[in-house]
Amino acid sequence: MKKTLFDKVWDSHVVDKVPNGPQVLYIDKHLIHEVTSPQAFNELEQRNIPLFRPEQIVATADHNVPTENQHLPIKDALSKNQVEQLTKNCEKHGVTLYGLGHKYQGIVHVMAPELGITQPGMTMVCGDSHTSTHGAFGTIAFGIGTSQVAQVFASQCLLLQKPKSLRVNVNGKLAKGVLPKDVILYIISKIGTNAGTGYFCEYAGNVFKEMSMEGRMTVCNMSIEMGARGGMIAPDETTFEYVKGKEFAPQGEEFDKKVAYWKTLPTDEGAVFDKEYSFDAEDIAPMVTYGTNPGMGIKISANIPADITDASFEKSLKYMGFEKGESLLDKAVNYVFIGSCTNSRIEDFRIVADYIKGKQKADNVNALIVPGSQQVAKQIKKEGLTEVFEAAGFKIRQPGCSACLGMNEDKVPSGEYCVSTSNRNFEGRQGPGARTILASPLMAAATAVNGKITDITKQLN
Amino acid sequence: MEKFVKLHTTAIPLPIENIDTDQIIPARFLKATNKIGFGNNLFRDWRYDKEDNPKEDFVLNSTTYTGSILVAGDNFGCGSSREHAAWALTDYGFKVIVSSYFADIFKGNALNNGLLPVQVSPDFLHLILEAIQNNPATQVTVDLENQTISFNETSESFEIDAYKKMCMVNGYDDIDFLISKKEQIEAFEAQKA
Ligand code: SF4
Repeated sequence: MKKTLFDKVWDSHVVDKVPNGPQVLYIDKHLIHEVTSPQAFNELEQRNIPLFRPEQIVATADHNVPTENQHLPIKDALSKNQVEQLTKNCEKHGVTLYGLGHKYQGIVHVMAPELGITQPGMTMVCGDSHTSTHGAFGTIAFGIGTSQVAQVFASQCLLLQKPKSLRVNVNGKLAKGVLPKDVILYIISKIGTNAGTGYFCEYAGNVFKEMSMEGRMTVCNMSIEMGARGGMIAPDETTFEYVKGKEFAPQGEEFDKKVAYWKTLPTDEGAVFDKEYSFDAEDIAPMVTYGTNPGMGIKISANIPADITDASFEKSLKYMGFEKGESLLDKAVNYVFIGSCTNSRIEDFRIVADYIKGKQKADNVNALIVPGSQQVAKQIKKEGLTEVFEAAGFKIRQPGCSACLGMNEDKVPSGEYCVSTSNRNFEGRQGPGARTILASPLMAAATAVNGKITDITKQLN
Repeated sequence: MEKFVKLHTTAIPLPIENIDTDQIIPARFLKATNKIGFGNNLFRDWRYDKEDNPKEDFVLNSTTYTGSILVAGDNFGCGSSREHAAWALTDYGFKVIVSSYFADIFKGNALNNGLLPVQVSPDFLHLILEAIQNNPATQVTVDLENQTISFNETSESFEIDAYKKMCMVNGYDDIDFLISKKEQIEAFEAQKA
């Protein structure tokens, strides 16, 4: 039988099948962070169950951490408690922790790939929905609930029904200024936020083949925003090249053996998917969202739809302060956030720096740069990007989730617009009353410089 | 997990539709590090006013209705996937939620925490709510083995995943099940290495 990439990885991890029930899926790597792990540790302790494979778990602190003065004690008592609990739990149970102050600390989905923890053909989970990011390596990676975190702690396995398969093909040539973020925002705007419910998605076509690993991560990151459990891209030379030499990647002969195996993973010619969509790269343009779910996106040159009448659409526009049929071009914006597990890798910051070099941010704009990890922060310094950002009036912070979810102090004030490179524009996501406009790092940089939403393609030609 | 075979008790009516997880447990309570105490904040903003005084008109604050079954309006548990919603309900003391529809993720979370979601027809929901409201002493019986829910002379059967039923009846959860597979898991690891 012809198999998909997903089938190959899934089937090779099935330990057992419950008759008429779920399958027992083996999990290679388990990532944890401070917010969704404490109850799982408690559960095990209460039941006197040891961690089954602590060496297959890696922890970091990211969601709740401050992005300034990380060397000082955390001010918010509850956040401090969560971060301390994580440290204690990891020490007690022998779990590797890249906590605050560690050179590998960072957003869990930025940290693991850059260390070579994420590898093709693996199964990976984390108590966080954007675990789908790791699918960029041809890995089955998905978010889980806290009970499931405890299950993986206890057995390194999960009980799951096998999801259905979906493929999204994008072929053709992307225009200048169109980034991976635009590709995924475009796809979600076309198929909606529920199209992937019950499915695991594979992205295929020359557009993804030609994309860098970091771009692929941006795409897979937002698979969850179209409802899918996760998304994957077939591993190829780009993948192998990226993984090679990374700290925890296999080395030497072991690496070559792995590559030979990874090469067998791509979907067989003629394999059938339960659902399939195809798009032309030429149709994609820089995107912005105008509403309160990630599917409410338009090309920068387009207007907000005028012909939709349902109540949730109206409510959403009211929250955002936009009118039907309106264009977002030239809208004044006072906040720009460049960060989150979607767009906080070195390539993202290179693109931003390249654009703002020799320019100044507009006076009205508060522009925040939050690197995804300590390694990214180090690289920013090394490449001299710090000077570029500072000269342009951008603020550089320390790594963490930051204004992506506003669990720490980095919030957008009520009623203010923020062009954000993150992945969710829900009501109140970046702070109570905050109005989020999702976009690529390039669009965010252009907004910061112009103080209003700008069509980047007009500046590039 | 506690065994669940049969429950015979009075019930609490909450005839509101689309009760989302933000109502069940507001986001500001998510910074906790254990599962205990969430019951105090169950339906927090419906139960207490801004000064933290109990609102008299909310059903959990009345002495008229008691019991470990909550009978709620259609589409219970929609919204954010937070498992804390299930923890808040069980911590408060509920063992069964009755509604004419449950959001998918909530249903999974509930079953993982020994809370039985019983999905009934809209007609049955209407009748049971009416019966409880007319007579708060109405006894409701939930029989998991036979998959039936009944009160007075009225009865209906409900669906449940066979594996999940087996877990609840035997009082074990996914963790127990997975640990019972340890040898197989180790064999799998050995063969993979
Ligand atoms: S950056 Fe945002 S989306 Fe990513 S893990 Fe953190 S909170 Fe979640």
